[in-house]
Amino acid sequence: MAQALTHSDPHIGDRPRPAKNYLNATTGIWSWMTTVDHKRIGVMYLVAVSSAFFVGGMFALLVRLTLLTPSHKLFGKVLIDADTYNRVFTLHGAIMVFLFIIPSVPGSLANFVLPLMLGAKDVAFPRLNLASFYLWCTGAILAVTSMIVGAVDTGWTFYTPYSTTTQSSVGLMTMAVFILGFSSIFTGLNFIATVHKLRAPGMGWFDMPLFVWGTYATAIIQVLATPVLGITMVLLALERVFNIGIFDPKIGGDPVLFQHFFWFYSHPAVYIMIVPGMAIISEIIPTFSRKTIFGYKAIAYSSVALALLGFLVWGHHMFVAGQSELATVVFSALTFLVAIPSGVKLFNWLATMYKGNISLETPMLYGISFILLFAIGGLTGIFLGALSTDIHLTDTYFVVAHFHYVMMGGTVIAFIGGVHYWWPKITGRMYSEKWGRIGCSLVFIGFNMTFLTQFFLGSKGMPRRYYNYLEQYQPLHAFSTFGSWVLGMGLFITAAYLLASLRKPMDAPDNPWGGTTMEWLTSSPPIEHNFEEQPVLEHEPYDYRPRVKKHA
Amino acid sequence: MSEHTQNPKAEAAVYLKTLIALLVLTGITVGASYIHFGSGAANVVVALTIATIKATLVALFFMHLLHDKPVNGIIAVAGFIFLGLFLMFTLLDFDTRENPLPRNLPGVVTPPPPAATTPAPAPEHH
Amino acid sequence: MSTSTVDLQHDPHGHGDDGHGHDDPHHQHHFTTMEQQFDTSKIGMWLFLATEVLLFGGLFVGFGMMQARFPEQFKEAHEHLQRPLGALNTVVLLVSSWTMVMGVLSARTNQRKKLVIYLIITILCACIFLGVKYFEYSHKFEEGLLPGHYYTHHGDKIATVNGANGYATFFSFYFMMTGLHGIHILVGIALLAWIAVRGNRGEFNSSYYTPVDLVGLYWHLVDLIWIYLFPLYYLIS
Repeated sequence: MAQALTHSDPHIGDRPRPAKNYLNATTGIWSWMTTVDHKRIGVMYLVAVSSAFFVGGMFALLVRLTLLTPSHKLFGKVLIDADTYNRVFTLHGAIMVFLFIIPSVPGSLANFVLPLMLGAKDVAFPRLNLASFYLWCTGAILAVTSMIVGAVDTGWTFYTPYSTTTQSSVGLMTMAVFILGFSSIFTGLNFIATVHKLRAPGMGWFDMPLFVWGTYATAIIQVLATPVLGITMVLLALERVFNIGIFDPKIGGDPVLFQHFFWFYSHPAVYIMIVPGMAIISEIIPTFSRKTIFGYKAIAYSSVALALLGFLVWGHHMFVAGQSELATVVFSALTFLVAIPSGVKLFNWLATMYKGNISLETPMLYGISFILLFAIGGLTGIFLGALSTDIHLTDTYFVVAHFHYVMMGGTVIAFIGGVHYWWPKITGRMYSEKWGRIGCSLVFIGFNMTFLTQFFLGSKGMPRRYYNYLEQYQPLHAFSTFGSWVLGMGLFITAAYLLASLRKPMDAPDNPWGGTTMEWLTSSPPIEHNFEEQPVLEHEPYDYRPRVKKHA
Repeated sequence: MSEHTQNPKAEAAVYLKTLIALLVLTGITVGASYIHFGSGAANVVVALTIATIKATLVALFFMHLLHDKPVNGIIAVAGFIFLGLFLMFTLLDFDTRENPLPRNLPGVVTPPPPAATTPAPAPEHH
Repeated sequence: MSTSTVDLQHDPHGHGDDGHGHDDPHHQHHFTTMEQQFDTSKIGMWLFLATEVLLFGGLFVGFGMMQARFPEQFKEAHEHLQRPLGALNTVVLLVSSWTMVMGVLSARTNQRKKLVIYLIITILCACIFLGVKYFEYSHKFEEGLLPGHYYTHHGDKIATVNGANGYATFFSFYFMMTGLHGIHILVGIALLAWIAVRGNRGEFNSSYYTPVDLVGLYWHLVDLIWIYLFPLYYLIS
């Protein structure tokens, strides 16, 4: 048998740090702009999506600030008028969904970690990987341009007939979304091919880390759902230019048809958002419980089940839109079904922690936060999936709170946790654990202050996307706005200490957390070709039994 | 490579036979379009069935799916299955609406309103 | 140490100590063997084709829904499309699919001249297809059978009410779907020409013909889409 690289390798841990790693192997901006190294592309994506998160977050703070009082005044002057408010919340949504959340984990963390976890040297199609990144950049430029020349005010969902007739720059934004869609498709395509063909010797499908399973399931959705978004944008643009007569009721079209087209992608899209987040949690929980994951196959299958079932429920966004009653009932029943795989995962993570040797470093704090916040978000989704309650809760702040719990309390929390978890691997440095805990606490408290309040706002009848509101809602709105400041502060602190860590020398160990997956076999940061020798899998995933360190 | 190149002549013969079959099916489908199979829907079913047979021949023989690794065939079929799901559920909505068409569309016959159960209020006298 | 150690940093191709000189220049460093590379490329291409099925499929769904909304107008609008021309285009594309797969076979059996000839015929067929389409489009323009609010045709049986014009919608879809298909044909011609040039230079042989195979798959998809477009637009009335 070849003397291959494994966790039992006696050199792991006291190996000298290689002089050249992926960050300094080649220098100069041109080497970064033309790189096909998945690690560099992952880093570029990380910077890109974090910038988008910042811009989208600024818009969010502005929304909350406007809603602080019903008069929308700050220091005696009206902050923004109603038309501008429409644009601000639309841009918050569109940027967060298309420029941040959907590309975030696949583009940055999965890009970096997936080949390493598989023991591969790169993804299947490295040049396509770079093309995906440049498509993101192009979409971002178009989106920013559309913001400047007459920002979209339709809501991120572009519902017709308003979107076909409004004067705001829907055309540019639909073009941006179309291009961003292809960025996502190519990333998914790349990952599917990589998982099928580039696994290390000895790694069968059920030996792969669960992060890989989650990324694979996400990639299936990216490939199958996103083209429909593409054609929806084309149809919307053509309707605006030519009046083709498909979505506008004034010329015989059906606006609900637009919603079918839009949600056929956008519901699976929310699984593109959450499944990678869950995949990160499936890595963090066993590592920081020092215990093998409970129900590996169940979690793996549930990732794929979410991907597939997620295609069957899109009508639950259209219960009151004019859809037929039969379709409504069918979609509601299927929505209950799609909750099951998420539940399976939640219980399996808890079972993993039970009687584990738990340590509460920052990634684990985010992991536990995820479990709590996603549980709330997921359960409130059930209230919305039940028809009798949805009639009252739809288009209220209850919906806004629900999706922020799953998208932010879920995916963003998991994303930040994953960034911390793999920070030493990516940058070669450890962040400050003290500031990590402070940041996480502020984020957790601020998030709940902002959004738990909105469940109450919604159930009391406050509609979403409304500029004006009745006096009686003001205390809850104000509390939510204060929460947004705490949340913003927590996020700023997190960014600050992470960036500050980059000024320290590169002294992170290869495997600071004692993880069992293959990315911890290489140096922190990895060398350009990932591994000095081809790693061969020698143990089951998440096997935390102590291994022989030195030969007798 | 993974594909057999042992007998190119036999392969070429398969391709030619496939082409002939495709051309024949094209002739059949054009011919069938001149026959009225009862309802308009039946004509659609016939035409799309023949189209699917042609598509299957192209996929299996010209695109080599018959002798290829199964994963490629699964990917191809998956695309069509999910498209089918999209079509099916959207049709489920459209076909089961009680009042599907706006009243002002040309050629739309609206059902008469249900008979009123309460007497209409007496008209005002000016 | 063990001589069977695979040292990827100094021997990126993983062939052992003599990693240079015997390698296929097309072999990318992150694949262990050319076969692995070829199989992966195939999977990638099929995934891309699946996305195309869903992209065009969306248009088919939209067409279907609008047909349900304007059944009489769509039926009448169909009559403006000339069946013989549609059938001719179908035959042309089927033949081009055959010449394409024969081209792939030629590449696989080291027959450079035949490869180039088959590719050229495929391109010619594509041009014939586009020529017929140009002829059809001109006819539509003359008759005013144009998409959306550019529709100016007179003599339709059902009058437009409040801007709802089923005929205009039919032709919107006609131009959208045949137009998108035509764009794919143009891209296909460019790809075929690129492969023909490379083939003429002798770049393809029995151990490396991946680009020919992949372009072939793309071309067959273009044919597949037309196989469904043809009956839907030309044969159903």
